[in-house]
Amino acid sequence: MNINYNETIPNNVNLSDDRRLLRALEQWQPAYINWWKELGPDQTQNFEVYLRTAISVDAKGWAHFGHVRMPEYRWGIFLSPAEKDRRIGFGHHKGESTWTEVPGEYRTELRRLIVTQGDTEPASVEQQRHLSKTCPSLYDLRNLFQVNVEEGRHLWAMVYLLQAYFGRDGREEADEMLSRHAGDPNKPRILEAFNEQTDDWLSFFMFTYFQDRDGKFQLAALSESAFEPLSRTCRFMLTEEAHHMFVGETGIMRIIQRTCELMREYDTDKISLMGGIDLNIIQKWINFHYSICLDLFGSERSTNAANYYSMGLKGRYQENKINDDHLLTDSYVSLPKIEEDEIRNEETPALTAINMKLREDYAKDSQRGLDRFNKIIESYCIDTKLTLPHPAFNRNIGVFKDVKASPSGKIIDATTWNKQRDQWLPSSADYELVKSLMVQVIEPGKMAGWIAPPKRGIHGLPIDYEYVLFH
Amino acid sequence: MLSYLVNKRALILMINFFTSPDQYKHWQINISGNVATLLLNVDENENPTLGYTLKLNSYDLGVDIELNDAVQRLRFEHPEVGAVIITSAKDRVFSAGANIQMLGQLSHVEKVNFCKYTNETRISIEDASLNSGQTYLCAINGPASGGGYELALATEHIILVDDGATAIALPEVPSLAVLPGTGGLTRVIDKRHVRRDRADFFCTTSEGVRGRRALDWNLVDELATRSNLVSQTHSRAKSFAQKNNRRISANGIKLEPINRKIEKNLISYDLIEILINRDLRTATFKIKGPDKTSNLSIKYIYSIGCKFWPLAFARELDDAILHLRFNEPEIGTWVLTSEGNHDAMEAIDKIMLKNYKNWFIHEIILNLKRTFKRLDISSRSLIALIEPNSCFTGTLAELALAADTSYMLDKAIEENTEKKTTFCLTGINFGYLSMSNGLSRISSRFLGNKGHIEKIKLIGGKQLEAKEAEELGLVTFAPDDIDWDDEIRIALEARASFSPDALSAMEANLRFGGPETIESKIFSRLSAWQNWLFQRPNANTSLESYGTGKQPTFDRNRV
Ligand SMILES: [Fe+2]
Ligand SMILES: [Fe+2]
Repeated sequence: MNINYNETIPNNVNLSDDRRLLRALEQWQPAYINWWKELGPDQTQNFEVYLRTAISVDAKGWAHFGHVRMPEYRWGIFLSPAEKDRRIGFGHHKGESTWTEVPGEYRTELRRLIVTQGDTEPASVEQQRHLSKTCPSLYDLRNLFQVNVEEGRHLWAMVYLLQAYFGRDGREEADEMLSRHAGDPNKPRILEAFNEQTDDWLSFFMFTYFQDRDGKFQLAALSESAFEPLSRTCRFMLTEEAHHMFVGETGIMRIIQRTCELMREYDTDKISLMGGIDLNIIQKWINFHYSICLDLFGSERSTNAANYYSMGLKGRYQENKINDDHLLTDSYVSLPKIEEDEIRNEETPALTAINMKLREDYAKDSQRGLDRFNKIIESYCIDTKLTLPHPAFNRNIGVFKDVKASPSGKIIDATTWNKQRDQWLPSSADYELVKSLMVQVIEPGKMAGWIAPPKRGIHGLPIDYEYVLFH
Repeated sequence: MLSYLVNKRALILMINFFTSPDQYKHWQINISGNVATLLLNVDENENPTLGYTLKLNSYDLGVDIELNDAVQRLRFEHPEVGAVIITSAKDRVFSAGANIQMLGQLSHVEKVNFCKYTNETRISIEDASLNSGQTYLCAINGPASGGGYELALATEHIILVDDGATAIALPEVPSLAVLPGTGGLTRVIDKRHVRRDRADFFCTTSEGVRGRRALDWNLVDELATRSNLVSQTHSRAKSFAQKNNRRISANGIKLEPINRKIEKNLISYDLIEILINRDLRTATFKIKGPDKTSNLSIKYIYSIGCKFWPLAFARELDDAILHLRFNEPEIGTWVLTSEGNHDAMEAIDKIMLKNYKNWFIHEIILNLKRTFKRLDISSRSLIALIEPNSCFTGTLAELALAADTSYMLDKAIEENTEKKTTFCLTGINFGYLSMSNGLSRISSRFLGNKGHIEKIKLIGGKQLEAKEAEELGLVTFAPDDIDWDDEIRIALEARASFSPDALSAMEANLRFGGPETIESKIFSRLSAWQNWLFQRPNANTSLESYGTGKQPTFDRNRV
């Protein structure tokens, strides 16, 4: 094959000199493009989208804008610049030099971490593939595609690590990433939240708010890794993840704003009749997405997480800002447990509670956005508050998985749960209703009736710019 | 059912091996036509006092006791079943094997006992597949690691879900610094004939292998998609069941609870009494042979079911062995004695051999075989005492052949001429109760001396007196009544004075002469290495640090 990969794949990893990588990419790239055509954004092959492409890692190069036909998008491979003389910050290798190669003894664990992270990236593209048919505006359609191509790039980033550092097993894993599919009953994605459907735009904004925020925390924890290439890759991915969360947060804010406008205008909270999305529906979507995202952090008590930490593979969020010994061999934290149908606490070695720590940081971060949402509602003098449900609510992993709990964290029996469930989580009627509002709007500058326009356009362009050209 | 605690203070309450499906907490038996399904659904928090949770269908002794019971009941209570599927009831979880926290808490004695028992259970599964016409197969619906995959290995056909994620693995070496000790290493090589270099890779990759590679390497027999796994397994099971073609003319035989009473130094069953002498550290088994029955017929045997002497005896002896192994670890010598009617014993052996093809009789003999094997691999000195009123004929004579040493009283005729001391082999001693090395105890006893075995065969059925038995090499010593008491006392005292470890090791080496089989390799090579590992510092640091996230530091010397 005679492709100049340096041209088609912008990179800062010396791609054209790396024979092993070239060989792997020759095989993998066509499969990836096929996957994109088959399971990427549905029926969009001829769209030209105003996208940001990273062509280098410096300030100028990472945000290069222009119209691109999506399958021709130049998915690049970038690592953040190396920090000079970086030392391992935690675990029992603390203080040693970071690793530029995979240590044999941790090969399996590292690979598992990368595969688990990598698997989520194409999953979200698959989950969101039908959304273009119901976009609320060209601006939003463009954002959807921006998120999608970047998730594609994130897959690339993880696949690069597998191909470059894990030999034949890594190549096999890279292939498997394209053979598992979101929601496929026979070969599903590894994590459950990445098998759910994202078929409406309210879900999409929730997804980019909550799931992508999980991505942020996972990547942040991995960027602490002693394995230098993983750390540097994740650091670069974090810059893109921030944009995905921006899409989610501003999307939800715009919906809330529109909802509040309608509530004031018609002086009712049943604004779904007026083509808006009720605050209680938004609350149910929050309940659903937040609770399934908490599952992504794994069990509160986890041997694997403890091992990853001790081995120096995956740290805590902003490890170096935490003021402790970064070994955790002798410290204890309090973790929830269920006893006699009550949530109680229990002293647990801090090492085995690493997942919980990350999850708590995630919860705090999630709450910040909710505070901003509530400010908007408040500014319309509406007496409703959106809240995050209690961690015991609607869980499938960890200590709470065997109990039923209300959003406020009260343990209840199954009968009560069944009775109340539809008040707390999206019911099929709610999905129907939200779906009925999802009508495609593609006239430049126009917005669907359930969402307010954004404050500003992309890259200094006006809101009514033709962000997507249809051919 | 599992009423014991293990913790650092080694407070051990009694372990009870009797259970029945209505008491199961972790397994469910579903039967549809001639296919049974054993569903593993471990109750994580079965006993919160244990200090570990059985996550991911990991198991402890309690789980295995139920499995053993289920296998046993399927043979006797459901003879119509021709194939048994082992699978998990948990979504996308097969089994993570023996629970590591649990293993970490066990003392060395408890670990060894646990492994031995789980190995025996898996061998009884294979015995059912190979000899009872109940072929086991396994549907792996989610990750199967360590003992989870080893359980699958004990079946004859493994179907693995191929979903891009589910892996089978033997991660003991890389993750725990021990061996897959439930037959894993042996079965991968000797049963499935996986090439040794591939096996080496497999056993050093904690993540294991998935789908295609698992099939190519013969670690599994078949792949299935998630949606097809259940139906594919069922049709496979059906065809196995049909092939088995057991001739079943009657309903199963219910295995009623056994009667047992435990006092401080006395354990009593209907047929067996065990007297414990804590000073000498001996347990004396007094076994009651069968009573004379006038109309011994197959119909009659069916009508009494599990009360038929050989079955009742096997079940009681089995329970007694397990009870003593787990609950009386310091009682190092088991003295085997018997009483009863020689003719009745002989008659029972005769009718059993005559009806060997009858499924029920066949199962009883297989059960006897497994129970004697349990005796062989118990780490206790076995001493048989053949005295006046003893009944060491046929099935019961096998006890004396299993013993490390046997004493037969020569001419105790002074007081009561009716009390003759005899020893008698029947057909059952010649090949029906084979040991784990595949040989009968007679053949193992006279290795390399076929002519002698033929000679003994010819006098089968004859009640031999002490001198004769001694000359033929069937008993070790034949002291007369003047020497008897002293001889026995000295023998028992000497035994009690030796190092228990050295005795266990020596006996295990002397008991199993002759060829190796998968089974004998599991109990000798695999278990011995595993037990060695358990004693080494590296395994201990590793098991103790497991789950804490702390990394073990190894002693790097290769021994
Ligand atoms: Fe991502
Ligand atoms: Fe993202």
